[in-house]
Amino acid sequence: MINKVVSGAGEAIRDIEDGSTLMLGGFGLCGIPENCIHALVQKNVKNLTCISNNAGVDDFGIGLMLQQRQVKKMISSYVGENAEFERQLLSGELEVELIPQGTLATRCMAAGYGMPAIFTPAGVGTEVAQGKEVRNFNGKDYLMEYAFDADFAIVKAWKGDTAGNLIYRSTSRNFNPVMAMAGKTTIAEVEILVEAGELDPDQIHTPGVFVHRIFQGTDYEKRIEQRTVRTKN
Amino acid sequence: MLDKNGIARRIAKEIKDGYYVNLGIGIPTLVANYIPDGINVVLQSENGLLGMGPFPFEGEEDADLINAGKQTITTLPGSSVFDSALSFGMIRSQKIDLTILGAMEVSEYGDIANWKIPGKMVKGMGGAMDLVASAKNIIVAMQHVNKAGESKLLKACTLPLTGVRCIKKIVTELAVLDVLPEGGFKLLERAPGVSVDYIKTSTSGRLIADDQTPEMDLG
Repeated sequence: MINKVVSGAGEAIRDIEDGSTLMLGGFGLCGIPENCIHALVQKNVKNLTCISNNAGVDDFGIGLMLQQRQVKKMISSYVGENAEFERQLLSGELEVELIPQGTLATRCMAAGYGMPAIFTPAGVGTEVAQGKEVRNFNGKDYLMEYAFDADFAIVKAWKGDTAGNLIYRSTSRNFNPVMAMAGKTTIAEVEILVEAGELDPDQIHTPGVFVHRIFQGTDYEKRIEQRTVRTKN
Repeated sequence: MLDKNGIARRIAKEIKDGYYVNLGIGIPTLVANYIPDGINVVLQSENGLLGMGPFPFEGEEDADLINAGKQTITTLPGSSVFDSALSFGMIRSQKIDLTILGAMEVSEYGDIANWKIPGKMVKGMGGAMDLVASAKNIIVAMQHVNKAGESKLLKACTLPLTGVRCIKKIVTELAVLDVLPEGGFKLLERAPGVSVDYIKTSTSGRLIADDQTPEMDLG
């Protein structure tokens, strides 16, 4: 088996440079690559284009990169819950492209499946459709949306093996598998890294061919954005 | 006049046995509390879960298990999880029977606006544009009038659109209405204690109303 293991986040992101386009997995703060985000903050690379469903919160996730003005452009579907983001957006410091969540996921998927574009009805007749080709299939209009072109995809999985195979846990799966398939270089951080052969091939969500670098992350905070509970009886 | 829970309670009556349902953030989330006993429904959360269960007991929260509103939740026997592309695949291919979502404005042709207030609010559309563009059955839960007393059921939306000609049913604090394909809001039911005249003055788009419109039964 080809060994994909690197020592840690610093080595994994070593060649991410100013101006890179990054995909970052996660939904809200669930399933985000915490270790790599911290390493990117430490390295302080600038002018990044980030493709991510959300932009973190003020003091966690991509929010940390926004604090340092590392992000030139965000491509996201929902960016609430982040005051610094909103400030940079309204002041024009940050360029933002808001796109429908399904379009975001499917543009990742298209890249990973080697397809140049997809057609989706999401956004037809809205400002999202501006400048986009519309095609009618069976009496319904669809927008043509291009596959993303990202230099790096950075994902978080629960378990991985030295060959780069990944298994996600619960809803922290979200955008991670489609982004893992879509990056020119894909970096995976996992909570548990095992030897190739220890994972059941039937249970693998992302085959190792898509993953170029893998490491076991440390000190996962796994912050909860909305802690909702009920009390017994 | 209904409060938010009343709107949710009325919408819950539209849910049929065997439905797969997507609930949006806000009032739609409350609908889950009023699903009648004996009705089997599966709630879809577009971040990648079918079979959303109730909030976890205190101390049992799992950071890896959230709904599309980022709230901690639980799974149920028979639940499944999947990635975001697959999640919107089941939405686009109309495997979800009913979508319930909130709105800031709806037009008399069924256009909906719920994602942006220019210059003020820039949170984004999330999955709403995908849902309204593909769902075969959408119910909008919304306030009939805003805090200033202005109608949100309009001739044409003033805010940036989420989807065009896609809304067929609306439940507000005042009424249940259908949106007619030829245009216009058809009044089906009145909220308890609300007169047809009051609904007329609260609706700025074309309202088709029978003076004998029944009061809604909240069951």
